Amino acid sequence: MGKPATFRIWRGGPDGGGFQQYSTSVEEGMVVLDAIHHVQAEQAPDLAVRWNCKAGKCGSCSAEINGMPRLMCMTRLNELDLDAPVTVEPMHTFPVLRDLVTDVSWNFRAKKTIKRFHPRLPDAPDGTWRIQQADVDRVQEFRKCIECFLCQDVCHVLREHHKHDEFIGPRLLVYAAALEMHPLDTEDRVSDLRHRHNIGYCNITTCCRQVCPESITITENAIIPLKERVVDRYFDPIKSLFHIL
Amino acid sequence: MPEFQRFSYDVLVIGAGGAGLRAAIEAAATGARVGVICKSLLGKAHTVMAEGGIAAALANVDDRDSWRVHFADTMRGGQYLNDWRMAELHAREAPECVRELEAWGALFDRTPDGRILQRNFGGHRYPRLAHVGDRTGLEMIRTLQDHGIHQGMEVHMECTVLSLLMDDGRVAGACGYDRERGRFQLWQAKAVVLATGGIGRAYKITSNSWEYTGDGLALAYRVGAELQDMEFVQFHPTGMVWPISVRGILVTEGVRGEGGVLRNSDGRRFMFDEIPDNYKEQTADTEEEGWRYTQGDKNARRPPELLTRDHVARCINREVKAGRGSPHGGVFLDISWIKDRLPKAADHIKRKLPSMYHQFRQLADLDITREPMEVGPTTHYMMGGIRVNGDSQMSSVPGLFAAGEVAAGLHGSNRLGGNSLSDLLVFGRRAGRYAAEFAKNNSTATIDEPELQSTATAALAPFERGPSAENPYKVQHDLQEIMQSLVGIVRVESEMRQALEEIDRLRARAERAGIGGNREYNNGWHTAIDIHNMIVVSEAITRAAIFRKESRGAQFREDFPDKDAEWGKFNIVIRRGASDEMLVEKRALAPPPDELTAVIREMK
Ligand SMILES: Cc1cc2nc3c(=O)[nH]c(=O)nc-3n(C[C@H](O)[C@H](O)[C@H](O)COP(=O)(O)OP(=O)(O)OC[C@H]3O[C@@H](n4cnc5c(N)ncnc54)[C@H](O)[C@@H]3O)c2cc1C
Ligand code: SF4
Ligand code: SF4
Ligand code: FES
Repeated sequence: MGKPATFRIWRGGPDGGGFQQYSTSVEEGMVVLDAIHHVQAEQAPDLAVRWNCKAGKCGSCSAEINGMPRLMCMTRLNELDLDAPVTVEPMHTFPVLRDLVTDVSWNFRAKKTIKRFHPRLPDAPDGTWRIQQADVDRVQEFRKCIECFLCQDVCHVLREHHKHDEFIGPRLLVYAAALEMHPLDTEDRVSDLRHRHNIGYCNITTCCRQVCPESITITENAIIPLKERVVDRYFDPIKSLFHIL
Repeated sequence: MPEFQRFSYDVLVIGAGGAGLRAAIEAAATGARVGVICKSLLGKAHTVMAEGGIAAALANVDDRDSWRVHFADTMRGGQYLNDWRMAELHAREAPECVRELEAWGALFDRTPDGRILQRNFGGHRYPRLAHVGDRTGLEMIRTLQDHGIHQGMEVHMECTVLSLLMDDGRVAGACGYDRERGRFQLWQAKAVVLATGGIGRAYKITSNSWEYTGDGLALAYRVGAELQDMEFVQFHPTGMVWPISVRGILVTEGVRGEGGVLRNSDGRRFMFDEIPDNYKEQTADTEEEGWRYTQGDKNARRPPELLTRDHVARCINREVKAGRGSPHGGVFLDISWIKDRLPKAADHIKRKLPSMYHQFRQLADLDITREPMEVGPTTHYMMGGIRVNGDSQMSSVPGLFAAGEVAAGLHGSNRLGGNSLSDLLVFGRRAGRYAAEFAKNNSTATIDEPELQSTATAALAPFERGPSAENPYKVQHDLQEIMQSLVGIVRVESEMRQALEEIDRLRARAERAGIGGNREYNNGWHTAIDIHNMIVVSEAITRAAIFRKESRGAQFREDFPDKDAEWGKFNIVIRRGASDEMLVEKRALAPPPDELTAVIREMK
């Protein structure tokens, strides 16, 4: 069966590590995660890797494959050049725990700092709301997010400048957009976006949008409209006057 | 002596899928101190993968629907082995639970007048599934997660529970390790809710993730809780069959709900060939009528593709065995044909089934708007589980509750699609409420320190045995082969007896499993521990399946191919005997009150 292929997998922990080369046989239809599992089952039982759904739905298996941030379960081997070794390494923006597993807990803590959903009073006496499909469609795109954090991984504000304490990153800007544009929500997050979450650090490089496995138009549909709200509030002289009053 | 990090709660919830999160939210709302433990990161539990929808008789699309019809459908689907009280509560409370999700921010697809849209699904008489395209589970888990993190619960992500601790007959907490660093932890609690999900990893072909090793069932069994209906494992009729590496990944029933049809290699819609008597009246006579049903014609009856999962899975099995299958051992599922009926069919399909479109495009190089898919049965769901009180969800062990897939009762011998997500909400909420009440009425229990130490020692044993001992992945793999081939869709006593012998051998091998490396995020070590749970569960499934000498719902016995009314009066219950042997016994079903019997009769 199958033909041999070589994988350079990063092995190590918080104190350092390096690439190790494994060769395993691959078959038609396989994805990178399958190859990693083969290596794990046959050669390196203690190889650390996260996964759950194997179908691009849970966002667990993020890694950098030949330098590109991707889901291992959705990267087909036939898209890669198998004549050269395939490099698989953990996301760079988060601290390594072991091998391909990184500490992404910061994302969960940062999420808590965003004001929660707060609906308007129900529309109907039975406590339910009436919402048009078009209004649902507008935010549905943001709600597709599987929290793979690949966009966080490529954002230079986090990756190079390590502004984790000041900036919430594209994933959480998408989350804030989903709340801000939710047809029922009444909360105001504009001030937080400017002062607490520093949306201004984003200079629309669109790196995040390019890696999103859910094809969420992160920059154009989420971040730019949020930036516009901030600008309207703080830099439009008339509106900002009203706001201060 | 291994060190333990210690935590103390009123209510400890093990599992952060839909059931666990809903339980934790409810318990926290009473003011209880709540801890939540999960093996993966928050939001990655199995619930995230659910596609089709949440069943609830909201009657937004068809006003003939009501809790009574939903109740009757659930009982019919389960072939009347269901706990009637759970089926009743589920049908009555599901609509309220769905509305609650909306109030917490979930956004479902809408009807033209702006209410929650509902779709058709197998075994449901009317369109009943609230949904968001085909990613309903994601919407549900994210809503619960984002609401839950502000409710004051403490979440321990990537921790695995190794055992439940007991004090004088009641539960006292749990202990386990964190996956990141392999440190031991103790979570003391007055009440514990198990919401650990299912067992699919005991089989080779499954839609389930690595988490589904039956931990909750094994944990409860070891401390004396009763398990029930373990013979009923649901094989979903439509899993992917090609490429090999994605074999088993689910193709949602929503495809058939939207008009997708099943064909064999002769191009025949074979589902019309055999329609069970109790569904004859509700099933379309012609392809034309079936199509009208999927397009919302209230006078049409549903196409046979939407019969219950057990039946559809067996029909597919039959076609494949008879040599009428697809090239890779499945049958054809075709949604692309609707282009003959609908303008802009391709866009319609992409909008209604976006993640299916994406999944096939990406993983199988196939465009479902143009070509048929190849599908075959995949191990999907465990109807059986921990036997609980229908109202409170407490197991036979005081203070130990169970909700969601890990609990038994609601679904009887076969679950209807969409009835799981609603189950999680209804019974997660109940378990949370009653666990908090139990905690309020009971003091903190004492921790059995020697037991704690021996758990840790046993957990570390694979390191002592080292990497040259038995490979844990190999043991797991062999178990999956055996369950798949000997205790699968079609069962026969001689093969299952053989499976029991094999399981004994595997147990011995599991006890010899070893591992190298260290304790930080060591997947091999985790597997060496998990296989013990899978072995307990596999034995329970096999013993219960041998014991039930009839075919009903998900259990099909080649040696007893018919349903037997006598067996319809019993559940099979499994518990641990005094000398660690597995006891299997019949337990008579409680008959429903007259009022509900009348509902069942009226809707038959
Ligand atoms: C692909 C797919 C599609 C589906 N579609 C639908 C659908 O459309 N409608 C429907 O109603 N149902 C559907 N189902 C079924 C449904 O999704 C599941 O039955 C349901 O989500 C189970 O939820 P749960 O809360 O019981 O468990 P889960 O969501 O699986 O959560 C289990 C939790 O327990 C934790 N856990 C397990 N063991 C341990 C341990 N030892 N220590 C600590 N934590 C532990 C896990 O980490 C996890 O957090 C689908 C299932 C699959 C696989
Ligand atoms: S567009 Fe903004 S958020 Fe996205 S990667 Fe660039 S700087 Fe970061
Ligand atoms: S926005 Fe896209 S890339 Fe970012 S976490 Fe969500 S799914 Fe991943
Ligand atoms: S395993 Fe779920 S996204 Fe890859």
